[in-house]
Amino acid sequence: MSGVIKTLPIEITVNGRRRTLEVAVHHTLLDVLREDLELTGTKECCLVGECGACTVMVDGRIVDSCLMLAVEADGAEILTVEGLARDGHLNPLQQAFLDKGAVQCGFCTPGQLMAAQALLVENPHPNVAEVQEGLAGNLCRCGCYYQIFEAVLSVAEAGSR
Amino acid sequence: MSASSIGSSPNRVGGIGRVSGLQEYVADVRLAGVLEAKLVTLDCARAKIISIDTSEAEQVPGVRLVMTAADLPQPMPRFGPQLEDRPVIAVDETKYHGEPVAIVAADTKDAAEEGARLVHVEYEELPAVFTLAAALDPDAPLVQDPSLRPKDPLASTNVLREHHVDWGDIEAAHADVVVENTYSFPIVTHFAIEPHAFIAAPDDNGIAVWSSIQHPYWLQRILAKLLDLPLSKVRVLAPDPGGAFGGKQHAKYEPLVAFAAIRAGRPVRLVLSLEQTFQAVRRAATEIRVRTGFTIDGKLAFQDIKADYLIGAYCDIADRVVGKGSYPGAGPYNVPAVRIFARSILSHTTPSTAFRGFGNPQVNWAVESNIDEGARVLGIDRLEIRLRNLARKGDPFIPFDTPADGDWEQTLRRAAEMIEWGKPLAPGHGRGIALGIKSGPTTGLSYSTVRLLADGSVAIYAGTSDMGQGARTIFAQIAAEELGAPLDAIRVVMGDTAIVPYDQQTSASRSTVLMGNSVLKACSSIQAQIRTMAARLHGIDESAITVERGVVRLPGRELRLMEVLKPGLGKLGGELIGNGETRKDGDADHPLGGAAAFFELNCTAVEAEVDEGTGDISIVRHVTVSDVGTAINRLQVQMQDEGAAIMGLGHTLMEHFIYDETGRIRNLGAIDYRIPTTMDLPLEMRSETIENADGPGPYGAKGMSEGALLCVAAATAAAVREATGVAIRDLPLTPERVWRALRERGGRANAGTNDDGES
Ligand code: FES
Ligand code: FES
Repeated sequence: MSGVIKTLPIEITVNGRRRTLEVAVHHTLLDVLREDLELTGTKECCLVGECGACTVMVDGRIVDSCLMLAVEADGAEILTVEGLARDGHLNPLQQAFLDKGAVQCGFCTPGQLMAAQALLVENPHPNVAEVQEGLAGNLCRCGCYYQIFEAVLSVAEAGSR
Repeated sequence: MSASSIGSSPNRVGGIGRVSGLQEYVADVRLAGVLEAKLVTLDCARAKIISIDTSEAEQVPGVRLVMTAADLPQPMPRFGPQLEDRPVIAVDETKYHGEPVAIVAADTKDAAEEGARLVHVEYEELPAVFTLAAALDPDAPLVQDPSLRPKDPLASTNVLREHHVDWGDIEAAHADVVVENTYSFPIVTHFAIEPHAFIAAPDDNGIAVWSSIQHPYWLQRILAKLLDLPLSKVRVLAPDPGGAFGGKQHAKYEPLVAFAAIRAGRPVRLVLSLEQTFQAVRRAATEIRVRTGFTIDGKLAFQDIKADYLIGAYCDIADRVVGKGSYPGAGPYNVPAVRIFARSILSHTTPSTAFRGFGNPQVNWAVESNIDEGARVLGIDRLEIRLRNLARKGDPFIPFDTPADGDWEQTLRRAAEMIEWGKPLAPGHGRGIALGIKSGPTTGLSYSTVRLLADGSVAIYAGTSDMGQGARTIFAQIAAEELGAPLDAIRVVMGDTAIVPYDQQTSASRSTVLMGNSVLKACSSIQAQIRTMAARLHGIDESAITVERGVVRLPGRELRLMEVLKPGLGKLGGELIGNGETRKDGDADHPLGGAAAFFELNCTAVEAEVDEGTGDISIVRHVTVSDVGTAINRLQVQMQDEGAAIMGLGHTLMEHFIYDETGRIRNLGAIDYRIPTTMDLPLEMRSETIENADGPGPYGAKGMSEGALLCVAAATAAAVREATGVAIRDLPLTPERVWRALRERGGRANAGTNDDGES
């Protein structure tokens, strides 16, 4: 890709805020979030869609942001981990992750939270197997999987009360 | 007075940053003017570098620096925690696939990548060795230049070092049954979800280096030496690692990035890809031959263990892994005669390094499996044979080391109970049980500073790295307990050698014990100052006052610490400062350079079901019981225990590097190298602790973060053995490997009984 890097203008809404950007056509949504917008909560690991560290929500659906070109996100509404808390208050899932011990090093956590959030949007009352399957694309090398299940299920239950 | 948090599960200190995306890892650090770097590597393991042409790369707009060996001091500076054998950048020859030959730094990642692509390297592939057999061949090319090891008779071979541990007389030992087998353990990689990342920046006539490193002070020493700077001019900033597991203990590419930053006169950041991270750290593959002698009543007569570890092209800490990992190879048993012979064997592969369990899981896999074999031959139940040999508290089970430091029988019996040992099994199911032991730290030095601020809140300075194990939380709990401060009024400062006092390292599950004791001492010093204050304020003798766990006891009454602090500090306010130090000196005559501060003892028991059609193993129940002395934070202990167990299932069931004939890792990256996901978990995981407050740490704690990984492989393979009748001695137990073994076996095995006592 010698020479001038091609760019295109895009307009995206990130965590409720409208952004107009000029992005390199080969840059992924992950690149743009982390570098252009300095939203570094979304993590970078495998870059091939296998680890889930870069998971965000695009128009309500879960996406590995390392696999989506930023230009493909033009016009979309994007939610990242930074957008979960409201007015300085953790959302129930974030709180449950803390309470249930679903966080160790924390590097996979943003991706886990976004995947779990998307799962609960789609299926507000999942059973364990559904949580397991819904989070199958999110690796946690620290191995907090059982605590993550517990956190997600506790939020689902609280929601049903 | 707040309720004690010791033994409960307060939320992780630093947890809010982690769930809100605000925790700053190295790749997230914002620095003005930082250049982004990319490495140039070759597409084979060992090559002679003929020439490097950087001219085209230098023309790329935005490229600010292209650096090769020619731009570094001559002779090439070398470093390493054990041997100074690793060059800052490959010089003349590369020795493993992925070893950098040049680094390009540019205004953007795009430009750096483009520059790296345009560095033209002319090279010639050279013969190389990637396996134990090839490395040990008398005609094998030498991995290391013999001049790096002057006067070493092994320097003309690929054996870096030999380790011997012996007691008793094997030749004279009487055994009724001798079982001999060879086991293998593959190369696996850490796969921390955070790939390794480094930044260096010129700073205050010296250098500042950010690294997701476990041992910042060791890195500081290495950089100071390489750059010829005083320690005070080398500032290592170590943001919490996003997982480390041993892979981030020692310097890797920090020196290279530091030289690049100095040359560029600007900050330089290098974030490795996951593929490059795989090429940077791994566990040593091992081949272990075990000859175990038993008497007819199932007592161990001797253990004769020979372990060859395939280490990489540079030593890193690998040889220490070999020595320390093989050392407790005979297990937590009373064995009258033991011979352990372990070798570190160099190869043209990624330098192997520390990895959770530190060389122990390899030998444990073999020795525990062999005990099962003996039990079968003797017709003794596999749990029973362990009970007959297990060291009891105080037994000098390793004659020249710390005696058995726990009630290990309790651990073993509890795990057996939890797996329902001896109960009838469903068809296709089997159970396994195994014990793991690891020697804790042999030396240590941890300083800490605790400041009790005027309002009773607390700042702790401790140089441990919190890589997920939760060290911050533990130190905060200790200070909360001792100084009566609420947990959320405690700040724990780590990860900056310019601010935080020295800590030797974060490894060997040491921090709760060594740094924990240091923090405890710093708190005691503050308590002593409070006592002096109280005596002054109340006009009584100090000897009549005690300060304990946040409470000041005067004759006839109790005060909260704050009630003394406030008037004691007076109008000007201020603070009280306490310093702590834990020192564990080594012993030059000890085979490991020091006796164990504690042992990590774990029992893992597994019930597995094997699909005879596919060879697929599912873990029906996984039980892990660790003797932790005292669980200061119950939930964190459980998380470390389960995390270690799941990681152990990785190397047991699925993980291994596959090399091609030129020494390239074929399954490089997350698509082809699989680690446990949510879909690979045991149907049930149960983690328990044994707590007799008999550890050397605060409140009787012992270290515990590695134990549950040690014997997963042996327990799982034993369950597979019982389920199917086949003994597999090579890891991982992939469906293909199991399926092949089943094909060879023919027929069907366990139809619903269990084979304890089978002869
Ligand atoms: S970084 Fe996107 S899935 Fe791994
Ligand atoms: S918490 Fe460390 S990788 Fe999940």
